[in-house]
Order: sequence, then C-alpha cells, then structure tokens
Amino acid sequence: MGDADRVLIVVPAYNEDQNIAGVIARVQEVVSGADVLVVDDGSSDATGVVARDAGAKVVSLPFNLGYGVALQTGFKYALERGYDYVVQMDADGQHEACSVLDLIAEARKGTADVVLGSRFLGASTFKPRFARRVGILLFRAIVSRVVGKSISDPTSGFQALNRSALELYATEAYPTDYPDADVLIMAHLSGFRITEIPVVMYARTADQKSMHSGLRPLYYVFKMFLSILVTLMRQRRYEVGREPAWK
Amino acid sequence: MEMKPRFLALAISVLLVVLIVELVRRRRLREEYSWLWLSLSLAMFVLAVWPGLLDFITDLIGAVLSTSTLFFFALVFLILINVQFSVEISSMRTQVKNLAQQMALLQNTIEEGSAQAEVQDDAG
Repeated sequence: MGDADRVLIVVPAYNEDQNIAGVIARVQEVVSGADVLVVDDGSSDATGVVARDAGAKVVSLPFNLGYGVALQTGFKYALERGYDYVVQMDADGQHEACSVLDLIAEARKGTADVVLGSRFLGASTFKPRFARRVGILLFRAIVSRVVGKSISDPTSGFQALNRSALELYATEAYPTDYPDADVLIMAHLSGFRITEIPVVMYARTADQKSMHSGLRPLYYVFKMFLSILVTLMRQRRYEVGREPAWK
Repeated sequence: MEMKPRFLALAISVLLVVLIVELVRRRRLREEYSWLWLSLSLAMFVLAVWPGLLDFITDLIGAVLSTSTLFFFALVFLILINVQFSVEISSMRTQVKNLAQQMALLQNTIEEGSAQAEVQDDAG
C-alpha cells in the first residue's frame, strides 16, 4: 500500500500451529505493506515459532489469558509502535484475507473509528447453527437499538480500528473475556463512530475446537447481558457531567 | 444466656484479636484485611459480656432461637468476607493481565533489539 499510514494486522492465536502459517501467508500475499502481529496466547504447541518462521511479528504471553487479553495486547503493541490502524483477525482461517483490504479502505475514509466486518451483509458462506443464530439476532437487535443504526453482525471479531478506538480499547474499560457486542455499545456511548461493511467468513469445520460449545454459550449470553446493562448504567452517570473512568 | 457459652465466646473473641494483631505484626496479614476480623471479635465480645443484647436482636429480627440469630449473622459475615475476596481477586486478575501484557511487549522489544544488533554485527 502506498499510503504513509501504517497498518497492523493483529491475530490472537492459541494452539493454532496447524492454521497460523497458512493464515499469515495468505494475509501477506493479499495485503502488502501491512505488518502481521501474532499474539501467542500462552500456546502449548509451536504457534509462536511457526508464526515467526512464517514472517510475522510475535508477542508471546507467558500463560493463557484468553482471546480478549491477547487482542488487547495487540492493541497496546500497535499504540506503542505508532500504528495508525489495526485490523483484528482470527487465527483459524475463518476470516478471508481479501476482506482485510476492504476493512482498511473503509477505515482510511475517516468516517468511522470502528469498522465491523459483517458476515451477513454480502456474499458469505457463513451459516451459524440455530442457537448461535438466535444469539446473533438478539444482540443485533440490542446493539442496533442502542447505537441507533442497523448493525447486522455485532459479534464479529473481524474489525478495523483507528488510533482513537485503539486508545479506548487499550484501557481497563475493555472487557477482556468475550469482547464483542458490549464493546460496540461502550464505543458508541464514548462517542466513537461505528460502521459496517460486508466481509467473507467461512464456517468452522466440525473438527475445529470452538468456544461455542458446552455451557460456554449460556455463560456468554449471561455475561453479554450483564456487561451491556452495566455499560448502560455507567453511561447514565457520565451524562450528569462525569468523565468516563478511562479518560 | 448460660455461663459456659459466654465464657467460650469471650475466650474465642480475645484469642481472635490476639491472633489477628499478631498476624498483622508479623506482616502475614495486611492491615486492610484485619478490620473485618477485628470487628467480628468485637461483636463476639460485646455479645458475650452483654447477655440481653442477643435476646434483643433475636426479638428484633423476629427469630425464635438466639442460636438462629448467631448463625444468621455468621453467614452474613462469611458472605461479606467472600465478596471482599472476589473484589480483590478481580483487581488482582487485572493486575496480572497488565503485567503479563507488559512483560510480553517488553520481551518482544528486547528480542527485536538483539535481532537488530546481530544484523549490525554481521554487517560490521
């Protein structure tokens, strides 16, 4: 990319040494000029080594701290090293590298601080299972109502962020266990602009491990409701002239 | 109230104060965690030397047996202690998270620095 601004693609990875090299190679092939940072989230396999050999920058957390913490580590890295935009992307190959270009292009327009990649807006092969679809519809309704515009995929982990969004996401306000719909609401209430563009995502194959199994979805829904509720409660307090705690 | 349980309560409350103060003195327990335990022993002490108080409270909360009153407040106390621990654990998790992130970022900076130094050595 000929632009002077710098783009970092943050890929949080936990035990992904089977997929990570392919993802990095694909991104480097499609997106020239962007750095790829793999945040190795305390993997017990060779994720870090494989990623470094594949040409990515690697930051290794000393133990497994979860997806959100790994992502936030990437945001902190980007802020420290003066990157202008971050694209966050999954390490399992679900996110199509070509869509990174669209996300960056949209972020560069400067009309939004958070650019969401939606699997439902355009042509996409993603077909979530019934339970997950219900969850997505629910949070879609809540987020769209709070944000005041239609957000079709509030649980998307494929996003581009500009520097001011990064500054918010690097603080303790960022919920690090399952950051998604609640983060969007927080960003919106903090005055950040959110937009959405279509991206391509692939469904997980059955043999892949998933965070959407067992009792996790139940906890997820509970956590998301609680998180959204307290985010909204905090906002009411700020409206009577209080600065947000993370400012 | 019977004399036996009153002496027992008295002895335990005094022992608890001694234990807590000793732990704080040896820096095994931080001052900010000692106050809940000290107030527990104070409450036990007051109840032991003032027998009418327990009956009064029992009457006040509508309990029949004064033992129920003791069990009820003991449970409330334990719950409060647990909430305090949950709050502490939450803040410690945040601190551990921040430390781990900072450590990982610093390690990356050091590795990059030594990699660059090697390149310069090779060139020189």
